[in-house]
Amino acid sequence: MATKLPEVDVVLIGFGLTASILAQELTEAGLQVLALERGGFRDTVPDFSTTTIQDELRYAVRNGLFEEPERETLTFRNSMDQTALPMRHLGSFLPAAGVGGAAVHWNGQHWRFLPSDFTIRSHYEKRYGKNFIPENMTIQDWGVTYDDLEPYYDRFDYLNGVSGHAGNINGAIQPGGNPFEGPRKRGYPNPPLKRSAATVLFDKAAKENGFNPFPCPASNASQPYKNIYGVQMGACTYCGYCEWFGCGNYSKASPQTTILPVLLKKSSFSYRTQCEVTRINLDSTGKKATGVTYVDAQGREFVQPARIVISCAFAQHNVHMLLLSKIGQPYDPVANTGVVGRNYAYQITSSVDVFTNENLNPFMGAGALGQAIDEFNGDNFDHSALGFVGGGYIALWSTGGRPILQHYLPRDTPKRGAGWKKGMQENYLKACSIATHGSVMSYRDSYLDLDPTYRDVYGNPLLRMTFDYHKNEHDMSNFLTDKATLIAKAMKPRSYHAKPREGHYSIIPYQTTHNTGGTAMGDDPKTSVVNRYLQCWDVPNVFVVGSSVFPQNAGYNPTGTVGALAFWAADAIRNLYMKNPGPLVQA
Amino acid sequence: MLATVALALAACHNDNQASSAQWASTVLPAHDAPGFATIQRGLYLVRAGDCASCHTANNGAPFAGGHPVLTPFGIIYSTNITPDEDTGIGKWSETDLYRAMHTGLDRQKNHLYPAMPYVWYTKVTPDDVRAIKAYLDTLKPVRQVNRKPELPWPMSDRSVMGAWNKMYFNEGTFAPDARKSAAWNRGAYLVEGLGHCGACHTDPNFAGAPTGKPLHGGLLVGSFAPSLAGGLRDGLGGWTAPEIVEYLKSGSNDKTAAAGAMAEVIANSTQHLSDSDLADIATYLKDMPAPTSKSDKTDLAQNTRSLGAAVYVDNCAACHMDNGQGQPQVFPQLKGSSAVQAAKAETMIRVVLAGAGIPATTSKPTGLKMPAFNEKLDDDQIAAVVSYIRNAWGNHASFVSAGDVAKMRTNLRKKGSE
Repeated sequence: MATKLPEVDVVLIGFGLTASILAQELTEAGLQVLALERGGFRDTVPDFSTTTIQDELRYAVRNGLFEEPERETLTFRNSMDQTALPMRHLGSFLPAAGVGGAAVHWNGQHWRFLPSDFTIRSHYEKRYGKNFIPENMTIQDWGVTYDDLEPYYDRFDYLNGVSGHAGNINGAIQPGGNPFEGPRKRGYPNPPLKRSAATVLFDKAAKENGFNPFPCPASNASQPYKNIYGVQMGACTYCGYCEWFGCGNYSKASPQTTILPVLLKKSSFSYRTQCEVTRINLDSTGKKATGVTYVDAQGREFVQPARIVISCAFAQHNVHMLLLSKIGQPYDPVANTGVVGRNYAYQITSSVDVFTNENLNPFMGAGALGQAIDEFNGDNFDHSALGFVGGGYIALWSTGGRPILQHYLPRDTPKRGAGWKKGMQENYLKACSIATHGSVMSYRDSYLDLDPTYRDVYGNPLLRMTFDYHKNEHDMSNFLTDKATLIAKAMKPRSYHAKPREGHYSIIPYQTTHNTGGTAMGDDPKTSVVNRYLQCWDVPNVFVVGSSVFPQNAGYNPTGTVGALAFWAADAIRNLYMKNPGPLVQA
Repeated sequence: MLATVALALAACHNDNQASSAQWASTVLPAHDAPGFATIQRGLYLVRAGDCASCHTANNGAPFAGGHPVLTPFGIIYSTNITPDEDTGIGKWSETDLYRAMHTGLDRQKNHLYPAMPYVWYTKVTPDDVRAIKAYLDTLKPVRQVNRKPELPWPMSDRSVMGAWNKMYFNEGTFAPDARKSAAWNRGAYLVEGLGHCGACHTDPNFAGAPTGKPLHGGLLVGSFAPSLAGGLRDGLGGWTAPEIVEYLKSGSNDKTAAAGAMAEVIANSTQHLSDSDLADIATYLKDMPAPTSKSDKTDLAQNTRSLGAAVYVDNCAACHMDNGQGQPQVFPQLKGSSAVQAAKAETMIRVVLAGAGIPATTSKPTGLKMPAFNEKLDDDQIAAVVSYIRNAWGNHASFVSAGDVAKMRTNLRKKGSE
């Protein structure tokens, strides 16, 4: 029998990035907020101390900071004619468990989407005609524009102390920045990170090819910084242990380094760890949430009443929560009805390994230390003759040279023994890789639903992921790989080899943790789960925040847009919902 | 020592009776119940006196006591000063509280141990004590029985304090110095009274009495509270008054950041003081002259210097930077730092072993932390790097040995050590 607890104003499912932003903003508005996190508490010291964190075996190989599939996983298949099987090891994507969420172990690669990304369908139809987008490609406009979100992108930039060089300030293109980016009202809060030897080579080679390279925007502070809440960060030390590690230097933006020092002192905020939310509870009408049910580490069940429920779990976990809670109509790919689980997407990546003559000192790195070109992202280029939708950036990232996993070897290097050692000796210091980071569109047959066979420790059906790359993505990715190869050649290396993304999508090799969709936002309840304010159409006191609201994925890392949308939703709750609880958009 | 104590014991019995007679007639005059303004003033003074740092235990109920205070003789647990009538001070009158703070005697006229800093609080005016009482009376009463001190004989017999007081305690309310400014006098009243800075920053003798040169640095169990006098190298000589104010108000300034016990003082006490009071404290401190310093230039053995330099590059330079310049307001500067070059190195050794946390204050809420290196570095490495830091980039201070580090490791394992 579940124990019923005293009501709170707002309960947050999860205590990661979006929950931290919402908790801070909503407590400022006078609300009493509770966050429920299935993982444990983590803080910079002692959990990410510089004395212990640079341990590649513990964190990068043995997944020290990630969710454990033994406790929480999904089933996967490429297509509907297959039987989905449980993912028993993490691979392709690496969600977190614990306070701070994946924003603890991300790289800090911090982007804004392009203005055209938010109106992708109307934009493509206008420029290329209504027949350009294939019938089974279910891409749609977001219901918000880049201009709507610009102030919130700005706020997230200044929360995180992003280091970068703006390319477009109020319409004026800035030399040295990204000439394609949407206009911003002011520059970045911190100057760009120092350049690595490899990014200097890339920059020169890209320019020789007529492209406009620029430093990648980084949520790694390039100098000591005090953010919008008065929280202080230290300068990045280029230690090269960024992705998959916590930062002990207070330099990588995460809830711990940007929000928690002020949030945790508030008496109006509380959190509980090792408490897993299993349901959003609805009243008898099914149109109002009464709170959530959660299970603690001892297996005891609690009912936590709340006036507002915000699902701040990681992307696909939000979708799982809505499906289990029977909020919104589940998507049926055959009948093409329903919305929850529809429009799941991901990222398609490829690379070109480059073996230079110059010594690159790859061990000096930072998560978002890179140089990029954006000529082939979004609709920055003419797609007419190409026949695919989408694009991506091409970047050389210098994130580190960690001994176990971070090195590049020529294709013919033996996999072990004296030959491998020789390859390492000759190439470790003189190798780098150019990465392409491409968009993935939404399709009728890429979706999430509940698995018919497999259940989790609570007896709930696992989420089932049905996803594969389509020809569109392969064509687009190969196009990017070819462009990257041009730049590799111009770096005048000893050798290079391209590694295009081929064949079916596999969940085994790590690619990105950029899962999107399943609770799409939009203007039309027939094709979206949440409205433009991330409020559930079906249950107005439930909001969903995170990349699950993306109707399709763009050619950039999602976190910049996830943070901006979290601030946007917080504003809507403070200024619109609290004044007048109920649906904020009339369908 | 024991002979002295035995003689004193005989003497103090008579003293007690004399005191009792004296107290029979000294009762604070009655008045109306205190208003809100008095209670607010009492809250301010309780913060100035930093009562919470001792009287509120970690994760304990506010002011209910039970916090272990580590003294050279053993552990003394702070008492319950909530208004609970059975286990707290609910039955205490204003006179009782004044007696405790002014004379070091409790309601039953038993001696308090000077861990309760009556040696300093004696200076506090009756009016201020009255306001403090008014605030304490508003606290939530908590039932928590006081724990007995863990002290060896004869210290376990409170009456030994009679002799101690005779030798070391100058009872008396603060008397302003007419030659000095009002600001200086206010600073003196705060520093020498409620602030009880000398309880740490004045060196204690073998009996734990603050007989060293006032505010010229004090060696405690497990740390060294640096000199607040005008020494350029190891005192406040190189600090401006605004830098002192910023440090006390926010926990850090461009020169350094607070750690350890001082971090707690800032978080619980000085960050709450008014700008005017902080400025007056700075005026008082800056008035202290520089002591005539003997040069502490040492010629480190070459191997220590290179081992220390190597350890520094591998472990410290990421935050404190190559030339010890730190990252201002974030990671403290080590070059030219008076904290680093303090006369004794205990605090520095402790910080490397156990880590440190800058206080989280209203103006600087982050509370940045340095990790503990006790598991990563051995005694030789820590001795080398501390000696190096104290003598690099123009710094000069005594070096430390592996034995000093080993001693601090033992200290940190003691019960009551934070």
